[in-house]
Amino acid sequence: MIPAGFEYHRPADLTSAIGILQEHGDEARVVAGGHSLIPMMKLRMAELGHLIDLQDIDAMKGIAVGGDTVTIGAMTTQHELIVHDGLGAALPILREAALQIADPQVRYVGTIGGNVANGDPGNDMPGLMQCLNARFDLTGPDGSRQVAARDFYEAAYFTAREDEEILTAIIIPIPAPGTGSAYIKQKRKIGDYATAAAAVLVGDGTASVAMTNLADTPIWSEAAGAALAAGDIDGCAAAMLGAIDPQEDMRGPVAFKKHVAAVVLRRAIDSALSRRS
Amino acid sequence: MSKMHVKFTLNGQDVEGLAEPRTLLIHFLRETLNVTGPHIGCETSHCGACTVDMDGKSVKSCTVFVGQADGRQITTVEGLTNADGSLGVIQEMFREHHGLQCGFCTPGMITRAHRLLQENPNPTEEEVRFGIAGNLCRCTGYQNIVKAILASAEQLNAMKEAAE
Ligand SMILES: Cc1cc2nc3c(=O)[nH]c(=O)nc-3n(C[C@H](O)[C@H](O)[C@H](O)COP(=O)(O)OP(=O)(O)OC[C@H]3O[C@@H](n4cnc5c(N)ncnc54)[C@H](O)[C@@H]3O)c2cc1C
Ligand code: FES
Ligand code: FES
Repeated sequence: MIPAGFEYHRPADLTSAIGILQEHGDEARVVAGGHSLIPMMKLRMAELGHLIDLQDIDAMKGIAVGGDTVTIGAMTTQHELIVHDGLGAALPILREAALQIADPQVRYVGTIGGNVANGDPGNDMPGLMQCLNARFDLTGPDGSRQVAARDFYEAAYFTAREDEEILTAIIIPIPAPGTGSAYIKQKRKIGDYATAAAAVLVGDGTASVAMTNLADTPIWSEAAGAALAAGDIDGCAAAMLGAIDPQEDMRGPVAFKKHVAAVVLRRAIDSALSRRS
Repeated sequence: MSKMHVKFTLNGQDVEGLAEPRTLLIHFLRETLNVTGPHIGCETSHCGACTVDMDGKSVKSCTVFVGQADGRQITTVEGLTNADGSLGVIQEMFREHHGLQCGFCTPGMITRAHRLLQENPNPTEEEVRFGIAGNLCRCTGYQNIVKAILASAEQLNAMKEAAE
């Protein structure tokens, strides 16, 4: 389990990191917490000539809870999301989901930026970010742009991020007061990726629903949200279950995954409704 | 691939050495520094036998490159003994409560328990179980590990009170 050789870089700021990406093109990759990338490198499923460690870039860290939005630096760890003071009140679903990711050791180092940039359909944050209608701040040689989480995922491991861009921050609108939310995940054991997971927000005449690991991208269904907003739970479930496209793998056959998806979705809807005020 | 110079604090002492950038921290600890407390159980980021404390966080040292550890403060199970070399409280409680059988998972368990009790000095049984979810044990069935950690909490708190 020894990865192929590479050169290690630890730039002090974003401009230098982008400079190194530009210099080495697709030979170079950034590393955040490394807990998706390093296992892939050990399996030799990822090989690269230059590894750019983002840990010293302080501008990419931290959580700012504003009036309408929460801005989270890409290098913020899952652990920091869980223990942060104001975040639990503004976005309780984020803490609820982060606690269901991996195990304590992984949460100490795994970052929200790595989780959303990775593009693995098994990652929990991308579906949640689509449910919350988050935007991703990307900075490259030509400056910065924002991409909606709902437009970011193209296929497994393919996203709208260009090779020379770095995801610097995630901007999440704070749901209206009284909105109920829930993140429910079914997994084979603690520390496992989801067999199926559902993120649900439901407020006064509004709703948003997304699911994880049931297609090669996260699935946010506008129709499912609209049905739930109108109080039509069966319609919401039908729209969502029509939108997913699970594949058979070691987590089970397609029929089983559809069954689990239906169960976690119902549970998430019930829980979100019970938390609405 | 040329080697890089790595320097960090290990159990309170400055250490340094040369390593290829692809070297994992666990291999650097065990093979270059001869610190063999942290074990290699799975090498795939799942078992927690390689857990060390890095800047106040429990991390799986099989999933950290040496360069990432440069400049950090690292503690292994060797660093959790008393100053005179006798067993520290958590180590002693694992012994007393049979928190180990083969002992393979133990260095990772104890290092993780250390951080857990730093963050939460009065954990419930459920919090202990959730807190050690990243450490697998194939022998004990966990019951005595949980007992040992709860007993450590009690003893550490009693010592703290006595000191105040
Ligand atoms: C045992 C285990 C269990 C796990 N279980 C779960 C789980 O249940 N749910 C879950 O969601 N995840 C799980 N994970 C994955 C974990 O959460 C990862 O930490 C996370 O997916 C990636 O975050 P990272 O900071 O470690 O990213 P890295 O591994 O450093 O990077 C991942 C990818 O994203 C790119 N990248 C990282 N940061 C940026 C950035 N700022 N800009 C551009 N590109 C970037 C990297 O180049 C790389 O391609 C698990 C991991 C392990 C080892
Ligand atoms: S050896 Fe590192 S987690 Fe198993
Ligand atoms: S005591 Fe043998 S693995 Fe835990």
